Amino acid sequence: MADKLLQVRGLNAWYGESHILQGVDLDVAEGEVVTLLGRNGAGKTTTLKSIMGLVGRRAGSVQFRGGETIALRSDLIARAGIALCPEERGIFASLSVFENLMLPPVVAPGGLDVPTLYELFPNLKERSRSQGTRLSGGEQQMLAIARILRTGARLLLLDEPTEGLAPVIVQQIGRTIRAIKQRGFTVLLVEQNFHFAATVADRHYVMEHGTIVDMIRNADLANAMDKLHDYLGV
Amino acid sequence: MVTIFGKPLLLLYGQLTLGLVNGAFYALLSLGLAVIFGLLNVINFAHGALFMLGAFVAWGLLTYLGIGYWAALIVAPCVVGLFGVALERVLIKRLRGLDHLYGLLLTFGCALVIEGLMRNEFGSSGVAYDIPHALKGPLNLGFMVLPLYRAWVVIAATGMCLATWLLIEKTRLGATLRAATENAPLVQAFGVDVPRLVTLTYGAGVALAAFAGVLAAPMNSVNPNMGSNLIVVVFATVVIGGMGSILGSIVTGFGLGIIEGLTKVYYPEGSAAVVYVVMVIVLLLRPAGLFGRAA
Ligand SMILES: Nc1ncnc2c1ncn2[C@@H]1O[C@H](COP(=O)(O)OP(=O)(O)O)[C@@H](O)[C@H]1O
Ligand SMILES: [Mg+2]
Repeated sequence: MADKLLQVRGLNAWYGESHILQGVDLDVAEGEVVTLLGRNGAGKTTTLKSIMGLVGRRAGSVQFRGGETIALRSDLIARAGIALCPEERGIFASLSVFENLMLPPVVAPGGLDVPTLYELFPNLKERSRSQGTRLSGGEQQMLAIARILRTGARLLLLDEPTEGLAPVIVQQIGRTIRAIKQRGFTVLLVEQNFHFAATVADRHYVMEHGTIVDMIRNADLANAMDKLHDYLGV
Repeated sequence: MVTIFGKPLLLLYGQLTLGLVNGAFYALLSLGLAVIFGLLNVINFAHGALFMLGAFVAWGLLTYLGIGYWAALIVAPCVVGLFGVALERVLIKRLRGLDHLYGLLLTFGCALVIEGLMRNEFGSSGVAYDIPHALKGPLNLGFMVLPLYRAWVVIAATGMCLATWLLIEKTRLGATLRAATENAPLVQAFGVDVPRLVTLTYGAGVALAAFAGVLAAPMNSVNPNMGSNLIVVVFATVVIGGMGSILGSIVTGFGLGIIEGLTKVYYPEGSAAVVYVVMVIVLLLRPAGLFGRAA
């Protein structure tokens, strides 16, 4: 892949003494939507956090646009053009919806402006003056996605954006992911729900016990169902 | 003679304005402590010593450089703020992630060192700083006569508290500060240089203390103990208002000053203890403080 945006090789990560990631290898090309599937505790969140520089002890190689980021501080990784939408959403209670939206600094041109974001997520406009954590779960998720679309980061790491949300909201998030792909954003998406993943992604990595154990193209997904059921235990 | 509950009205007014003046200092100092505690998780015991340094820097500016009061109100907080920045970068930063207790002990030690050095240099009685010419004399309000300088202290402190509150609640920088107080790692992962924000916040909190120190300089003598006399009440203010609450420290600061003033009128024997009585009652009824969010 010549247009490789993210290349992860032999990524290891620890929480204290627990060795969580044990050599993760994955690639994401510019403009792709790639998912990371796997059971609870497989290390998906830890992978995204390690790419973002949020895990204290990590080793191996993470290259973004050809530059090594494994030893960088998280703010410098963000400035290079990677943004995270965390699993717990990370909406700030002491900030209004609008302040939450405007919090992440713009790191590069090419992000979506506020009117465009309000078009994508009309609820955020209506409730822009509310306290961030007064929003419903679905609205908080939209806010968490919207605020990283503003920054101009080209690689978006989304950690289970559909978790615990009603089907209509899941559909809206699916539409959003397809829309941002069309605008040329690159997405690495953690999912438990591979039915949802199949509607948005180009490829799927499967993770078990802190390593990648398989890679499935979305076109081959139908033939790989048995294998996937085994991996995910569903 | 007009009286209220058996006390002369003029005595009441006098003690109330004195209470407001004291309250102004409680508010300014506890505000800085609250901002620092919120972001750094450090209980800054050096706050009183830095307040005292502010007063001495104002005195030094006048004595050695001929720089007067009005300029000192800006210059001294900047000088002491820079000292705070250095203190954070060189010492406090190393305690990041450790228990509160370490920060408390370190800053307490800093306070002792700073105060000891100043006592060595200037003795315990300190030096005199004159009230600036424009603020000398009485202010006749019609119903009472008030030393002009006291009125100025209340106005200046209220203005500074208001400005700080607006900065924190209404600006983008303030939103970033509030967010970092909630979840610093996430704010940093958005591209904010949080370590620099921490350093600047400490410097700004310290500058507030120094501003209060300059305001205090003409009131009594500028002496090495002026901070430690005040800081105990200020810590009580912080506890009553709720650790880390901005609005809480401002309201509580002025409120406690007024309560102290009233106690001086109606029960002078209790005026030294009333703050702690309030503190005990608040802690029993609302352990997180009046404005604090329960953990
Ligand atoms: N902060 C932490 N401290 C210690 N262990 C953790 C921490 N976060 C996650 N873990 C452990 O790391 C492993 C991987 O977790 P995670 O990356 O969250 O998995 P996933 O996102 O795939 O469900 C789990 O065994 C989990 O218990
Ligand atoms: Mg997870």
